[in-house]
Amino acid sequence: MTAMPNRPLADIASEHGLSDQEFDLVITLLGREPNLTELGIFSVMWSEHCSYKSSKRWLKTLPTDAPWVICGPGENAGIVDIGDGQAAVFKMESHNHPSFIEPCQGAATGVGGILRDIFTMGARPIANMNALRFGAADHPRTRHLLAGVVAGIGGYGNCIGVPTVGGETNFHPAYNGNILVNAMTVGIADTDKIFYSAASGLGYPVVYVGSKTGRDGIHGATMASAEFDDDSEEKRPTVQVGDPFTEKLLLEACLELMATDAIVGIQDMGAAGLTCSTVEMADKGGVGVELDLDRVPTRESGMTAYEIMLSESQERMLMVLHPGKEALAQSVFEKWELDFAIVGQLTDTERLVLKMDGATVADIPIRPLVDAAPDYDRPYDLAEQPAALSPVDSAPPNDLADALATIMATPDLADKSWIWTQYDYSVMADTIQPPGGDAAVVRVHGTGKALAISTDCTPRYCLADPRQGAAQAVAECWRNLTAVGARPLAITDCLNFGNPERPEIMGQIVGSIQGMGAACRALDFPVVSGNVSLYNETNGKAILPTPAIGGVGMLTDSAKMLKIALAEADQTVLLFGRTTGHLGQSLYLREIEGREEGPPPPVDLDIERRNGDFVRGLADAGHLQACHDLSDGGLIVGLAEMCLAGGVGAEIQAPLDDLPLHAWLFGEDQARYLVAVRSDAASDILAQAARAEVPTALIATTGGEDLTLRGAFTISLERLRQAHECWLPDLMAAPREETKATQ
Amino acid sequence: MRATIIVFPGSNCDRDVQVAIASVTGQKPTMVWHRDSDLPNTDLIVLPGGFAHGDYLRCGAIAAHSPIMKDVVRLAEAGTPVLAICNGFQIAIEAGLLPGALIRNANLNFICKPVHLRVENAHTPFTHMYDEDEVIRLPIANHDGNYIADAETLAALTDEARIVFRYCDGAGDVSEAANPNGSVMNIAGIANARRTILGMMPHPERFVDEALGSDDGRSVFGSLMGALS
Repeated sequence: MTAMPNRPLADIASEHGLSDQEFDLVITLLGREPNLTELGIFSVMWSEHCSYKSSKRWLKTLPTDAPWVICGPGENAGIVDIGDGQAAVFKMESHNHPSFIEPCQGAATGVGGILRDIFTMGARPIANMNALRFGAADHPRTRHLLAGVVAGIGGYGNCIGVPTVGGETNFHPAYNGNILVNAMTVGIADTDKIFYSAASGLGYPVVYVGSKTGRDGIHGATMASAEFDDDSEEKRPTVQVGDPFTEKLLLEACLELMATDAIVGIQDMGAAGLTCSTVEMADKGGVGVELDLDRVPTRESGMTAYEIMLSESQERMLMVLHPGKEALAQSVFEKWELDFAIVGQLTDTERLVLKMDGATVADIPIRPLVDAAPDYDRPYDLAEQPAALSPVDSAPPNDLADALATIMATPDLADKSWIWTQYDYSVMADTIQPPGGDAAVVRVHGTGKALAISTDCTPRYCLADPRQGAAQAVAECWRNLTAVGARPLAITDCLNFGNPERPEIMGQIVGSIQGMGAACRALDFPVVSGNVSLYNETNGKAILPTPAIGGVGMLTDSAKMLKIALAEADQTVLLFGRTTGHLGQSLYLREIEGREEGPPPPVDLDIERRNGDFVRGLADAGHLQACHDLSDGGLIVGLAEMCLAGGVGAEIQAPLDDLPLHAWLFGEDQARYLVAVRSDAASDILAQAARAEVPTALIATTGGEDLTLRGAFTISLERLRQAHECWLPDLMAAPREETKATQ
Repeated sequence: MRATIIVFPGSNCDRDVQVAIASVTGQKPTMVWHRDSDLPNTDLIVLPGGFAHGDYLRCGAIAAHSPIMKDVVRLAEAGTPVLAICNGFQIAIEAGLLPGALIRNANLNFICKPVHLRVENAHTPFTHMYDEDEVIRLPIANHDGNYIADAETLAALTDEARIVFRYCDGAGDVSEAANPNGSVMNIAGIANARRTILGMMPHPERFVDEALGSDDGRSVFGSLMGALS
């Protein structure tokens, strides 16, 4: 048996993150005290990261079904039908804690982990996305973290040859001590070649492939389930190190073997490594497993059972093979120069039995290990909704052009090409909408179809009102997919919050899930996969509630895809959707007035759907020259972005209603789109909108090199471009000494 | 045109160039694994982009010693055309097929973006469908695309018109501002003295279709088909 340290077991359990009650339950389930290996296994399986013990009961309320859903949450990734015998396989996952401690490796292994989730299911990954949140731009660690995360994401995705096609990046002081790195991958599989993780077949061989197991990443899942404090730097040894080259080999080897009929079930080794993959495979198949740990390929000698079972070394897979296929599988993995080892077999005991040096080092009943995992009904306080803020409560700016330039340069809105030009977004030669648009679009290779992908969340909205904010995140994602002409299919999510043991944080979680659920139901946009990341706090300060949404939609004809760019003069720009001048929680209020106040813009899901369906219909009929959803910064920012993307100016028509002009320009009302149409088509389209009961307004005519509203302001595209595109490169190029001085 | 693409562990543009060549020539190239020792009969050898052996040690250094490279070098020296793109260019240099070296980009970052190139020599089997001095757009996507060579090599490349592509601006000016990665003389692609081997950092296979942003890359493959069929 594994040697026990000479200390009270309860203390060791506590250090492993198990509560007293949880430790008592372990003893009850085993009928004896656990040894250290067993204690380690229980602790990782019952960690928040693996067990979802604080969020489980709420996650169950999310809609997960639609006629096109092939596989919802619970597997390595979600799967939706995209016709012609093909499926889109996708998931988003957080790698927040490791990325804060060691940004480059943390982000890289986040990408590696999510890629494995996708190809484990038999899908070839075709696109990576991400959702990143950093602290204040002037915080001394922000540049280091940003540069490291971007290098890590790029380094991994570029090497493996899967394009990183977009994402979103926010900055806010609430992330100073706890950045968020959420990585998403989308893959394509044939619907008759999807692989699941359930193990079955008495005596069937359990096979380990990929990299060797080392001492890295031990307790990663436990670390990801605890708050940070000033000593978190010391947790660097719990961060894994990624090797994208090995992952590329593993990807090709797995897909090669999957083309045969050798595999019964397969699961990648992610959080909690060999423990989690073995237990989940066995539990899903209702079988037992016996592993001989002496056969596990290790990087160094002398590793204990505890270390082998808890290591989070990367680029490893576990599979159950059909008997007789071992030699075939071995030849594939040897071709790709990867480790291959038969490490055990399935049994009918429903127990996890680990052997080492001829002795049994762990013996745990599997079903209770999974089913008895805690399921907490934590108390929660739903925050009161902030008082309404009328447009007239906000002062007009001294100069509208200056205000626009300021907002275009704000960190949340500024051009992010400094980031995405470090990602290979064009490898695989199917990226038809690169980063920078409303959604990225990649063709389904060899077909006329394309998938649109977007990641979205506006955390300041979620803080002010978790329900509305989370509904807004889903709605904005749906809108972004619609704006490129795609039919939204389903979402994955990364629910990032603080410590759920605090009722106000638990209230954010509950409210967000309720808001998401309502939006997903109303928009037929089910949740098919995702993860939860809690304890995103440092020294008791929580992040903004950040339910990041990753959505996937489909264009049946990729030639109908829309971009945001105003490509020529004399086009007419129309607005669809109602404008009330909602300034609560707007960028205008924050950047110009220095106030983070008021309720977020309300989301009316019926209107959202009506307006979106109408726009998609126009796109499908080929009536639109360009399309852009309106979100951060409102109408004028949306129009400015369209002008900059195409290098064409616009002359704005003064609004007919009596809203304060700055509220009309900068209000962040939802369910709105700007579209460009041929001038001679405008009246017909306005009539169509009226019939569909979609509010419209004629906004602008394209042309020239300025953005102008006669009598109010004019600003050159050159000035707008300067403001929009220089902020991030300037930040990253500033001399290092400056940063040091502020530390 | 029978084309053969060498697949190294870590190659990741092998399929892309296969698709591009098939779409231009109508003939699907053969894929050959790096551990094979003999090439099939072929009109063209392609060393594709990617991260062969993870770019560990030095880009292309390990791949240059793959078993298949003996036959690649033998046939290349006998005059079989070789198209070496991005990581393939790095491998070709490490294998001694082309002079100079490719080092880390001047800004130390990976750079992925479309760039303008001026066709400096339209009299090669790879470029004869372009006009001399034509300005085209192709994407770059690399961490180590910064070309350097000693003065003697640069003089030879210049005198023998072996600089095939140079980075330029949209108007065709070869300026420092238009140089994305610090390459000496804005060099983006070079040929051997016989013009049978072309090494280039930009990816012609990614711009073979207007939907991808441009089809400026098609003429590389079209030129080869014209020259080799």
